[in-house]
Amino acid sequence: MQYLLNVIHDSAEFATEEEQAAIAVFNQQMKADGYWVFAGGLGVTDNATVVDNRGEEPLVTDGPFVESKEYVVGFWIVEAPDLDVALKLAIEGSKACHRKVEVRPFL
Amino acid sequence: MTAREAVARAHREEWARVVAALTRRFGDLDIAEEAAAEAFATAVERWPADGVPPNPGAWLTTTAQRKAIDRLRRESRREAKQQEAAMRQDAPPEPVGAVEDERLRLVFVCGHPALAADARVALTLRMVGGLTVAEIARAFLVQESTMARRITRAKTKIKAARIPYRVPDAADLPGRVSGVLAVLYLVFNEGYLATGPDADPVRQDLTAEAIRLARLLRALLPQDGEVAGLLALMLLTEARRTARVSPDGGLVALDEQDRTTWDAQLIAEGHRLVRERLDSGEAPGRYQLLAAVNAVHTSARDFRDTDWSQVVALYDQLVRLDRSPVVALNRAIALAELDGPAVALASVDRLAEPLDGYHALHAARAELLRRLDRTAESRAAYDRAIELAGNAAETAALTRRRDQLR
Repeated sequence: MQYLLNVIHDSAEFATEEEQAAIAVFNQQMKADGYWVFAGGLGVTDNATVVDNRGEEPLVTDGPFVESKEYVVGFWIVEAPDLDVALKLAIEGSKACHRKVEVRPFL
Repeated sequence: MTAREAVARAHREEWARVVAALTRRFGDLDIAEEAAAEAFATAVERWPADGVPPNPGAWLTTTAQRKAIDRLRRESRREAKQQEAAMRQDAPPEPVGAVEDERLRLVFVCGHPALAADARVALTLRMVGGLTVAEIARAFLVQESTMARRITRAKTKIKAARIPYRVPDAADLPGRVSGVLAVLYLVFNEGYLATGPDADPVRQDLTAEAIRLARLLRALLPQDGEVAGLLALMLLTEARRTARVSPDGGLVALDEQDRTTWDAQLIAEGHRLVRERLDSGEAPGRYQLLAAVNAVHTSARDFRDTDWSQVVALYDQLVRLDRSPVVALNRAIALAELDGPAVALASVDRLAEPLDGYHALHAARAELLRRLDRTAESRAAYDRAIELAGNAAETAALTRRRDQLR
């Protein structure tokens, strides 16, 4: 079963060097343990563009789909047998990147 | 025993076992719950005519399994689910004693930290306690439809997020047990001091259920000090239940209770547990300390006879574990009996800011001010306490105390 681990933060500041080093160690460990699927960091929501093609013409608008104080600044996708394992990874990940992490199961 | 009594007894004793066995077999709480309910409904119909089966638990489990398979057939989800069930059934039989573990698994799923706190309580009462959704809704003063949604949402999350149906590893167990104990303590407290103007002041169904689940947990985890502590705390509190409410529905404070009406059997059992924990020599946790406080109270012949230095010493230990101002307030209340109301009032007043919205703070201030003959201030504090109290019996008792002021 796959889980999305959303990294939540309230500023666009990049991870510090220590945080980056801790994230690298965590990523290595996840790969070694077979949990790793994919991960990425995201740019600021200022650079987001929303596309809506549900109508007749595609609508392209500047900005994120919802304005909020906190937003997703990165994510991991992990393969885990159950939520307890995914939560354990999220707990380690949150420590490594020093940010909140939201765990969401894939359908 | 009539067939009706036999069903009631089986419901008390076997419900969690049936739900647990079905959850393990079908991997789905929803199916397990529904099939268990149907099996008990069938027992209500059949046992009076056919007689009570020699092994009610096995009869109920088998019947429930048939009901579950019927439902899966009806829903024509036959292939995937039935295969899954068949595979589970083909798994090697679990060693004897694993049946107990199944109920424990159920307790841990229902008390999982990924579920909302109110949903954990509700789900535990439904799945492990066997209360109906209507009963749980009544206990928590919400609409039945609201409670049904809460429980359904929790079950859906368990399935969709794949919350595992197992007892946590040894490394995670202490943390997870404490979460489950918190759920049971909430159930107990809601029963012991029910909220709402129309609620019975004491909901014995809830306190009894919490005690029953704590006993189950104790049987499953006999080495866990906090499990023993919580059970002892509940027993020693429950022992005073009848003395706690006066005939006119007011709450009776500890110093005014008729101690001859306390339940000696529950007290003896509670004291045994507290002694067992003392003998273990392990550092006590929160529930063990609270149980010890209650053991001191229930050892005293009357209020004056209470070993207050012991009570305050136990609260001192508790304050080191739990910095919450509520604990500090209880310590201050005990301190009044040891060092007098003036010393205690100084302690209570230091908590005025964090606990301004808590009726017990104002009630404690009112009592202490009364003893210091500061009548006007006492009256004002009673007024504030009455305004904030949510329990009908408590409001009545506070009003009576206020009206006794000269």
